[in-house]
Amino acid sequence: MIRIENVSLSHQATPILHNISLTIPKGGVTALVGPNGAGKSSLLSLVARLQPLQTGAISIDGLPVDTTSNRTLAKIAAILRQDSVVASRLRVRELVGFGRFPHNRGRLNETDRAIIEQSLDQFDLADLAGRFVDTLSGGQRQRALVAMAFCQGTDYLLLDEPLNNLDMYYARDLMRSLRQVADENGKTVVIVLHDINMAGAYADRIVAMKGGRVIADGAPTEMLTTPVLQDVFGFAMQVATINGKPIVLHHL
Amino acid sequence: MANNRIAILAALSVLSVIAFLTIGLRGNIGFVLELRAIKLVALLQVGVSIAVSTVIFQTVTGNRIVTPSIMGLDALYLFGQMALVFALGGLGYSALNPQIKFAGEVLVLMALACALLLPMLRSRLDMGLMLLAGVVFGVLFRSLHSLLARLIDPNEFAVVQGASFANFNAVRTDLLAFASVLTVAALILAWRARHVLDVVSLGSDTATGLGITWSRTVAGLLVLVSALVAVSTALVGPVAFFGLLVVALAERIVNTRRHAVLLPAAALTGIVILVGGQTLFQHWLGSSSTLGVVIEFFGGIAFLLLLLMRSRT
Repeated sequence: MIRIENVSLSHQATPILHNISLTIPKGGVTALVGPNGAGKSSLLSLVARLQPLQTGAISIDGLPVDTTSNRTLAKIAAILRQDSVVASRLRVRELVGFGRFPHNRGRLNETDRAIIEQSLDQFDLADLAGRFVDTLSGGQRQRALVAMAFCQGTDYLLLDEPLNNLDMYYARDLMRSLRQVADENGKTVVIVLHDINMAGAYADRIVAMKGGRVIADGAPTEMLTTPVLQDVFGFAMQVATINGKPIVLHHL
Repeated sequence: MANNRIAILAALSVLSVIAFLTIGLRGNIGFVLELRAIKLVALLQVGVSIAVSTVIFQTVTGNRIVTPSIMGLDALYLFGQMALVFALGGLGYSALNPQIKFAGEVLVLMALACALLLPMLRSRLDMGLMLLAGVVFGVLFRSLHSLLARLIDPNEFAVVQGASFANFNAVRTDLLAFASVLTVAALILAWRARHVLDVVSLGSDTATGLGITWSRTVAGLLVLVSALVAVSTALVGPVAFFGLLVVALAERIVNTRRHAVLLPAAALTGIVILVGGQTLFQHWLGSSSTLGVVIEFFGGIAFLLLLLMRSRT
């Protein structure tokens, strides 16, 4: 369980997060949605201890993120940031293999190798495994980074806009993989998404943020309604129902 | 493939070492060999410590164009040395045991490097800013050095001046034993950190996500770099582009940035260029004091090429 209590954050006197309290139970897919600058990424990076906590408390499985050793946390929660830069002269298999670092400190054993190959297969990277990362396209690199986070084998996956640069095929593929690890392996996935329909189709719960606050929170069917979406995104959009599922026509 | 190339580099290094020791051997062989062996140990240390410190520094800064000396670390070392002379006075400085002096200088460098560079390295700067900061730091430390040089009296100045220019011919052999201990210790630590260095090269966010405590790790690596820079600067003086040349070459030869391969490759390349070059200059190209100039010339060209290649991509 991820427990966020009274967390506020400001950056050079500009407030970014206001007194956020949120509990994400173990298991399932939780989507964070909201307009640009809502503080989604900041919240995620606080949970992933990439930024020091200013006020409030965050714990993962009862371990406070600010006092628990980084090595312990790296075995519990993996983070994928948006626009991660990748050092050059690195092959895809090596990059994915870094996901095993918290477990083996760089010395790969047979189990690690098996997990790496499995992650490469799962994200359709087997053919690219020998390529240098800097020769890949944006979408391929994004898949390699997601595979690396998977490889970390943590109970919690924190993903900041993992669909960036992915085409429709791989975006759907990634969301299905996430759904699968949540359902079959009991992983907890927290994912920042811009595509509200992806959130509606694959998440168990949608948390909407705006201006550094959580303004709505619930199951997709409660969240994907015209009034709620207008509150969050600031314009009225039609919501259709296809096969009993709400589909947002936000582009019209 | 990378292992074969390292084997070739190792063979070349052994060849250069043998050539350095044996070519033109005549007269009192025992005496000449001893003299050459002492110089060889110094050159090996300089080559290896510049190469390894440059690799680590580039990984920490996430920038393949900076080296500790481009960031002014050797100027900082000379400044620390001058500050010690200034504080103790020329006589007091000369009276000190050279080993103790050297230890003091190393500590001063480690402290200054951490104090100045750590705030910059907490978050990564882009290449342009980093280079600019490096140039400014270098100028700052050199100016502080010359300011102190003007303030102290001429006799004291003469004490430090000898140390301010790179010279592969006149190595400081009195520091050799102490420097060797320091180099070996630093190299062992660097080798043990090879997997951590691989992760550090991914940047602070990814490394933190993989369980690295960024600021503590970077501070430790910076101390390691300081020790190696102090060794090479104390033994032969400041060399600006040698590290850049060696690491750029080594990276092309083994075609990877994995530190388990790159660290030994860079160290061996350093040995080949320095010991091999010194042999070449000593026996066939007349004056050997120009090796420093030639290395700087090619290093400078490598620097420009790297800059051009970067700006094109």
